[in-house]
Amino acid sequence: MMKKIFVPLVVVAAAVFAYAPVAINNVPLESTMLLVQKIFYFHMATWIALTAVIAVCGVASAIYLFKGSPIADWYAVASAELCVIFGVFGLFSGSLWGRKAWGVWWQWDARVTMATMLVLVFLGYLMVRKYGGPGSEKLAAAMGIFGAATAPFVYKSTDWWRTIHPPTSVVRTLGEKFPAAWDVVIYCSVAFLILVVLLLTARVRLEALRAELDRMYLALED
Amino acid sequence: MVRRALSACLSVALFSVSLLAQPGQDGFVQVTGAPPGEQIPAAPLVISSYAFFLVLLFIYLWTIWRRIGKVEADMRSLERRQSEGGQRR
Amino acid sequence: MPGLLKVALLVLRKDIAIEARSREIVYTTLLFAVSCLLIFSFAFVMEEGVPVEGAAAGILWIAVAFSGTLALGRTFERERYGETLRALLLTPGSRAAIYAGKLCGMVLLMLGTEAVLTPMVAVLFHAPFFARPLQLIALLVLGTIGFASVGTLFAAMLVRTKTRDVLLPILLFPVTIPVMIAGVRGTAALLQSPPDEAVATLWIGLLTSFDAVFLVLALWTFEPLMTE
Repeated sequence: MMKKIFVPLVVVAAAVFAYAPVAINNVPLESTMLLVQKIFYFHMATWIALTAVIAVCGVASAIYLFKGSPIADWYAVASAELCVIFGVFGLFSGSLWGRKAWGVWWQWDARVTMATMLVLVFLGYLMVRKYGGPGSEKLAAAMGIFGAATAPFVYKSTDWWRTIHPPTSVVRTLGEKFPAAWDVVIYCSVAFLILVVLLLTARVRLEALRAELDRMYLALED
Repeated sequence: MVRRALSACLSVALFSVSLLAQPGQDGFVQVTGAPPGEQIPAAPLVISSYAFFLVLLFIYLWTIWRRIGKVEADMRSLERRQSEGGQRR
Repeated sequence: MPGLLKVALLVLRKDIAIEARSREIVYTTLLFAVSCLLIFSFAFVMEEGVPVEGAAAGILWIAVAFSGTLALGRTFERERYGETLRALLLTPGSRAAIYAGKLCGMVLLMLGTEAVLTPMVAVLFHAPFFARPLQLIALLVLGTIGFASVGTLFAAMLVRTKTRDVLLPILLFPVTIPVMIAGVRGTAALLQSPPDEAVATLWIGLLTSFDAVFLVLALWTFEPLMTE
């Protein structure tokens, strides 16, 4: 099924992303932050994508660890790479936004700290897989589970601690207070989720090809 | 026994976390102070943010494409070796 | 099948018995922690011998983290070297019991190190650590349990890996960031004059929830991870 809709989905994604700057440009300026607030649309969308990808990694890691399914392992490593990519972009875009809105490039508030921690955990995941030697898929799966377990804390951190980030209610009520922005947030989030599906598919295909190659090596030795 | 210990730990975790909620601040608290003349222009920040996204995306796609290319090249050479071995027998 | 507690205590007694003979890990960990501390003293003490303000809490926890990581590596290295790991895994008790026993041993070792480190930091950095001893002990114990729970799991899973020495900190430090932050902020709150007990209690509570989450995850994943 995936093979049939992959190329059409790429076309759709390209079109959606091509229109995104236009949509973002058309949203009226937010009253306190003005132009720099426009970073928000991709910043929010990347964290939405990250949530999806972390969920995939956590579930896939757990399935791999407890059931030993190799396909689960493919999805786990693919989503871990995407976690790092989306996480790095989220931190970078947040840093640029914070430079203007908070006056500093970096601020160790609860959400930024825990988000950095998430990126580091999944970087550790990739390190273990690369340099851990045989059997490292299981160790990496444990890292994936730990990383996925801390994700809800990252989301709730702005509600539980006094942070320089606004609490989660601000985005949840954006639909009533600033509907034009809310529509674009949804639009960008959907765009990023389509991107997640595409990237995940491509990356899993690489893992499947590698497994096929291993099988061919083994068959050759017989 | 282990499962009971696990559920006990989980309930302790959830309970203590719920007790410790501090009220967050409402809304966005803007940095006050700098007059318009001294503020940093926002446009380069916005543009670099979106540009960085595109760069990151393309670098990642390129690495996937390169890795798939390598694996497929290995597969082709293996197939060749296999067919040569088969012919020799 | 023997109960979880009984097997865990047996593992703990075994470790203590082995350690009591050579005392290698205890002495080396303590000495490493003290050397860490001395480096920090030279780095953070300004001219005229006055230490930097507010550095004491962070320095204590960094020394704990570094010496803990070292001790973790050494403990499981000994198991691997003596090839006793397979024997341990063949015992009729559950794997979780082995984990619990190892964890207890680790916590005891780290607490012993902290007992030596805390007075030294108090003296070297002019920090009033003993104004609120009960809260400080609670912070140290809970922080140690949190750090050791993740550390024991990771050290056990890395025991056969060639790059284990460098991978252990790479994996352990990001995951234990919440524990370190809670420990440092709680300790810093206690070191203020007057000590901020409300903030310290808040962080003690948070440490409890982190510990519970990490223990749950570690107990859950230890079984499938240690099937080698």
